[in-house]
Amino acid sequence: MRWKWMIPTVYIFFLLVPIYWLLNMSLKTNSEILSVFSLWPQNLTFDNYRVIFTDPSWYSGYINSMIYVSMNVAISVSCALPAAYAFSRYSFVGDKHLFFWLLTNRMAPPAVFALPFFQLYSSIGLFDTHIAVALAHCLFNIPLSVWILEGFMSGIPREIDETAFIDGYSWPHFFVKIFIPNIASGIGVTAFFCFMFSWVELLLARTLTAVNAKPISAIMTRTVSASGLDWGVLAAAGILTILPGALVIWFVRNHIAKGFALGRV
Amino acid sequence: MQLELRNVSTKVGGEYHLKDISLAFDAGTLNILLGATLSGKTSLMRLMAGLDQPTSGKVYVRGKDVTGVAVQKRNVAMVYQQFINYPNLSVYENIASPLRIAKVGKKIIDEKVAKVSRLLKLDDLLRRKPQELSGGQQQRTALARALIKGAELVLLDEPLANLDYKLREELREELPRIFSETGAVFVYATTEPSEALLLGGNTVSLHEGRVTQFGPTIDLFSKPANLITARTLSDPPLNTLPVTKFNNRMLYKSHVEIPLLGRLPDLPDDDYSIAFRPHHLYLKRMSEAMISVKAKVVVAEITGSESFIHIDVAGMRWVVLARGIHDPDIDKTIEVFLDPSKFYIFDRNEQLVVAPEATPIV
Repeated sequence: MRWKWMIPTVYIFFLLVPIYWLLNMSLKTNSEILSVFSLWPQNLTFDNYRVIFTDPSWYSGYINSMIYVSMNVAISVSCALPAAYAFSRYSFVGDKHLFFWLLTNRMAPPAVFALPFFQLYSSIGLFDTHIAVALAHCLFNIPLSVWILEGFMSGIPREIDETAFIDGYSWPHFFVKIFIPNIASGIGVTAFFCFMFSWVELLLARTLTAVNAKPISAIMTRTVSASGLDWGVLAAAGILTILPGALVIWFVRNHIAKGFALGRV
Repeated sequence: MQLELRNVSTKVGGEYHLKDISLAFDAGTLNILLGATLSGKTSLMRLMAGLDQPTSGKVYVRGKDVTGVAVQKRNVAMVYQQFINYPNLSVYENIASPLRIAKVGKKIIDEKVAKVSRLLKLDDLLRRKPQELSGGQQQRTALARALIKGAELVLLDEPLANLDYKLREELREELPRIFSETGAVFVYATTEPSEALLLGGNTVSLHEGRVTQFGPTIDLFSKPANLITARTLSDPPLNTLPVTKFNNRMLYKSHVEIPLLGRLPDLPDDDYSIAFRPHHLYLKRMSEAMISVKAKVVVAEITGSESFIHIDVAGMRWVVLARGIHDPDIDKTIEVFLDPSKFYIFDRNEQLVVAPEATPIV
């Protein structure tokens, strides 16, 4: 048993190998990447990162992604909050079926919706806008948000609502002043899940954009140029794509397990 | 303020939760809702508060119909059995919450919170969050919030049920005193007859969504109008004996003869239920005019100063409450004694026919 620490260490080591290799590549020159096998950069260079931060065709991808992801998070959470409250507090005809139906939306692959979204958005002039991608991602993120938030809300006793109404709170006042602070961690976790889905989703984002709202994931997969692949810049872009996710995870790390259980712990 | 319910019923999915309830509570009175779990105490309270609306019937406050008026517009306060406070607010803000909503000035809020928190011994805890308090302190915070509002109607739904017994005794003593000064209608729900009797006031006895009797608590105990009320007010449970009187004989299951003692000879021939409390069932003959019955011991519970001996008498389960420690062997046949002068007799419709004379205090 003296060596039991070995098991997680080995596991984490293998888990980190590809990420390390990405970091390693991003700090090398293309010729070094292609010519020799080196465990760390022989000629340390930040040129790859400089390319990304100076070339608009690269950094605009990040800006576009950030814009539609934050739009999507805001829309998803603000639509899901009242819906989740209704599912958690009221019983109405077909509530359980409707609640389950919401989740079935997540069971369809995004590819199914790519064609109808593309045609619809083209015909109403939404094609290649940030809001187009944000709305398309809502199809998956709102049901998930409703499920996660409903779990967190059901953990708050209904008597708190009633006590507030007895005290004289109107519903909106109660919701903002009492209820939302009590499910703040749930909202954080929900926002995280929306962020994660929207940030990594490629198919819809690529189909619904051309130039103005092109996401970073689409730019990364289209970088085969006449001079071949620019390995180093691609690796740097990969590192910069991982970073926001890691940052967001850090903020919700204490509540994330409850989120994976859809708030039902 | 006077609260009145007129023919109130609530029906959920074809099933009555409350059935045809008419009650009137006066200002400054303590009214206890007594009944087992699911007897409708909480439903009735929610209706009085305005959290739920009745399916039929009306609720009046000071003679004015308030049925359907939103809970925010009614001057009520409510405390639940679970300790309900706003977890995100400090104890101070929790207590001040009804005043903040009513847009009361900061100075007045400060004064009132100070006064109420002193009364409920929370003055050192005002900066804390509710989760940092003990159960008793959390419930006192909820009570303070109910008190500070100065509501006309104060509803307490088993407020002491989740507290340990020391705190319960303490708060049970303080509560009526604290709230009686406000002149509000005070409604208190409990499942425990002893709690109702200790609090005094008036009691509504509830059973399966119906009011079985409403009156001064002590009257419900000493002169229950019907068998259900007698059972509701009795803890440990009431002993009953169904009998038939015919041709000057009284029989149980048409073969066990009950001697016609006490007031039994005066009854006309019919079916009756005889009921008596466990402390009126004796292990020793206390006087000549007692009925002796053979019984099998089922189980004995000893609390120290008292013993509860559960016995089986020809298929009926009775309880003997005896002073001191009695530990008879299980399945042993013993002799128990009934005192006919302590009998409650109910007719075939379970309505009271005869109640025993109140025992004079010696």
